[in-house]
Amino acid sequence: MDAPSASAIVQLEGVRKSFGAVRALAGVDLDVRAGECLGLVGHNGAGKSTLMQVLAGTLAADEGRLVVAGDDITASAGVAAARAHGVVCVFQELSLCPNLTVAENARVMHRAFRGFGWRKRAGAAMAAMLDDIFPRHGIDPADVVADLSIARRQMVEIARAFLVTDEPLRLVILDEPTSSLDQVVAEQLMAFVRRFVARGGSVILISHLLGEILATSDRVVVMKDGRVVETRPAEAFTRESLVAAMGSVAAQEDAKRAAAAQPAGEIVVEARPARQADERSLRARQGEIVGLAGLAGHGQTDLLVRINAAAQGREPHARVAGAVAFVAGDRQSDGVFPLWSIAENITVRSLGGLRRFGLIDPAAEVRMAEEWRQRIAIRTPDMGNGILSLSGGNQQKALFARALASDAGIVLMDDPMRGVDVGTKQEVYGMIRAEAARGRTFLWYTTEFDELRHCDRVYVFRAGVIVAELAADEITEERVLQSSFAEEAA
Amino acid sequence: MNVLMPSPRLVRAALPALSLAALLVAIWFVQPRAISYFGFNLMLNLAMPIAFATIAQLCVITVNDLDLSIGAFVSFVACVGATWLNATPLLGVAVLLGAVVVYALVGALIHLRNLPSIVVTLGMSFFWLGCSVLLLPSPGGSAPAWLAALVKVRTPLVPFAILVSAALALVVHVGLMRSAWGAILRGAGGNPVAVARAGWSLLRTKVTMFALAGFFGVLSGLSLVGLTTSADANIAIRYTLLSIAGVILGGGEFVGGRVSPVGAVLGAMTLTLAGSLLSFLRISPDWQIGAQGAILIVVLALRALVNRLERRR
Repeated sequence: MDAPSASAIVQLEGVRKSFGAVRALAGVDLDVRAGECLGLVGHNGAGKSTLMQVLAGTLAADEGRLVVAGDDITASAGVAAARAHGVVCVFQELSLCPNLTVAENARVMHRAFRGFGWRKRAGAAMAAMLDDIFPRHGIDPADVVADLSIARRQMVEIARAFLVTDEPLRLVILDEPTSSLDQVVAEQLMAFVRRFVARGGSVILISHLLGEILATSDRVVVMKDGRVVETRPAEAFTRESLVAAMGSVAAQEDAKRAAAAQPAGEIVVEARPARQADERSLRARQGEIVGLAGLAGHGQTDLLVRINAAAQGREPHARVAGAVAFVAGDRQSDGVFPLWSIAENITVRSLGGLRRFGLIDPAAEVRMAEEWRQRIAIRTPDMGNGILSLSGGNQQKALFARALASDAGIVLMDDPMRGVDVGTKQEVYGMIRAEAARGRTFLWYTTEFDELRHCDRVYVFRAGVIVAELAADEITEERVLQSSFAEEAA
Repeated sequence: MNVLMPSPRLVRAALPALSLAALLVAIWFVQPRAISYFGFNLMLNLAMPIAFATIAQLCVITVNDLDLSIGAFVSFVACVGATWLNATPLLGVAVLLGAVVVYALVGALIHLRNLPSIVVTLGMSFFWLGCSVLLLPSPGGSAPAWLAALVKVRTPLVPFAILVSAALALVVHVGLMRSAWGAILRGAGGNPVAVARAGWSLLRTKVTMFALAGFFGVLSGLSLVGLTTSADANIAIRYTLLSIAGVILGGGEFVGGRVSPVGAVLGAMTLTLAGSLLSFLRISPDWQIGAQGAILIVVLALRALVNRLERRR
């Protein structure tokens, strides 16, 4: 039923894209018709945002064809080509210049605003568009963006994308457009999207609010593991069937784990998210592997940081018994010390125990580094080499070694497996299991469902709070997805 | 800055003007006779080259870089002005144009190789210093007569230096803060990714800003040599820090494309006048740099205070 029709505004055929070892898009076929709103859903890492970046010209696909409005722009793909063919994207992270005014930001995107009086014209156009989409928005085109609230910035960005100047506007991509808008404003936007579509424009809507997707879209496309797995008219989906479609592939592998009956150890961590209104809190017993699940950026990292601060006595709202080590997810920004050797990167958390006469004992440092090279098989000829000489996966192993070599009884992991190859992952999973059996506690935030299978208990986060607690035998992808995707307050 | 802004923003925008006014009051208090046409002419003599150098620095700071070579560059221009420009004007003009091109190339290098501007421009400062020393091993030379005559023009009512500074502030304000291209140039400092995603060339913005910095650096060196009539290789070394101080004093910030040309010119004048005030107070020149630093700290502390008030609202 979805053969690319003559009215297709955009056609993607066999689009592939990899980032190093990670395959983000594994051959995507997609078509968007004139005058429709296409809903796009999928769990984290399904490839939605990458696909949209390819469409908007900010990323080049490795393979595949991209046809917009009848022209094959595969060869000339880029922002300019996309814009010339009327494709505009509102990116998930804000892309306004905070030091410029609203009108000046319109100018950055629309070249037509130039020459005498451009400021007035840009301001008037933005004011009119804002009035159209968001009545009573309270934004002055002369306001500097840095002074606006995050919701108003998002409104400005959306209005700017729908502005038509000298280039045609055929397709607007909205990537999580309502993430910082309140209910009323989000409804205004959805109503505008319907009006825009009725006038013959097309919209791709990405949202984790399934209610929003189902109510606004004409068709819904489900992505999983870099592929389109389902395409149906929105009426043919219900919330449940949509969730099932997102998780269906892996569901078959949901074989029952050998749920090791964990001895009820002492509770070593107890913490509550800052915004948690009810009595729920995160508890971890000694020797447990506790998973923190949910969509990316819904408060899991914040809670880990709080627990880490609590261990140093800087956070009264969490209780931690014992020393804590943190395994960072974003290696480059808060994981490795890029100028240090592998050995130094591993031992830095344990320098207190490697002292002799108040100074670092180099021999002990080398011994510890060598021991961990053996134990977790870091592939390097010399631990004295710079950490950046390692591949990403091996760097991550070194970070694990840093935590496991330390005296910490509690290890916090902030989605540490991002961009790590499968082999390394399996090795690390084994290590985590073994260490847990020896009494270490792991708090493991992960965006990959497969990793939750290694957990004894899972807390699901949404919008900064814990919304569900799943015991080992309740951990299924469907349960996690059900809890991660909000039922909209209708 | 917009006058309709809420008050802390207004206060922050007015801070450069207020500090200049406070300084003038202090000078008037210590030495009333200095507040006259003749006094200003004398005191603000050197404001012109400093203002040009400050605007040059502002161009670089707008795109999140820092130019540590501007002092050495202004000295180099002064040396060229006192030698080649006088003896063989054509060669002199060609060298100065070439120097602006070198500035533009430095901008391109910093962007293309993603190098820290501090390192590159620090290296360039030695390059310019070396060129100056080769050109003028010992202090001397003489500025072209027309240049000396130009910068010492006696305008009616308001001293020439003030007129030039005002015109400079106005031109750069219109070009950078009001024009459509200026918005792109500042946007490249505020959110380079967004500007690139909108299809603009970041290379072009960077090259433009560095070329402009070179251009204003040339104006600074020429006005300086016109005033002093002779040059030496170290004549403007302290302009590097003065220009950075002027931009920051004028309400600019090191990152994020937040700059104010009017404020920067006022900042340059404030720093120039601070020297005069300290002389009136009979503070030895050895201490003047320290005292200028103290002024800078006070003004920045005030700004931090305004920012904090703004955040608390």
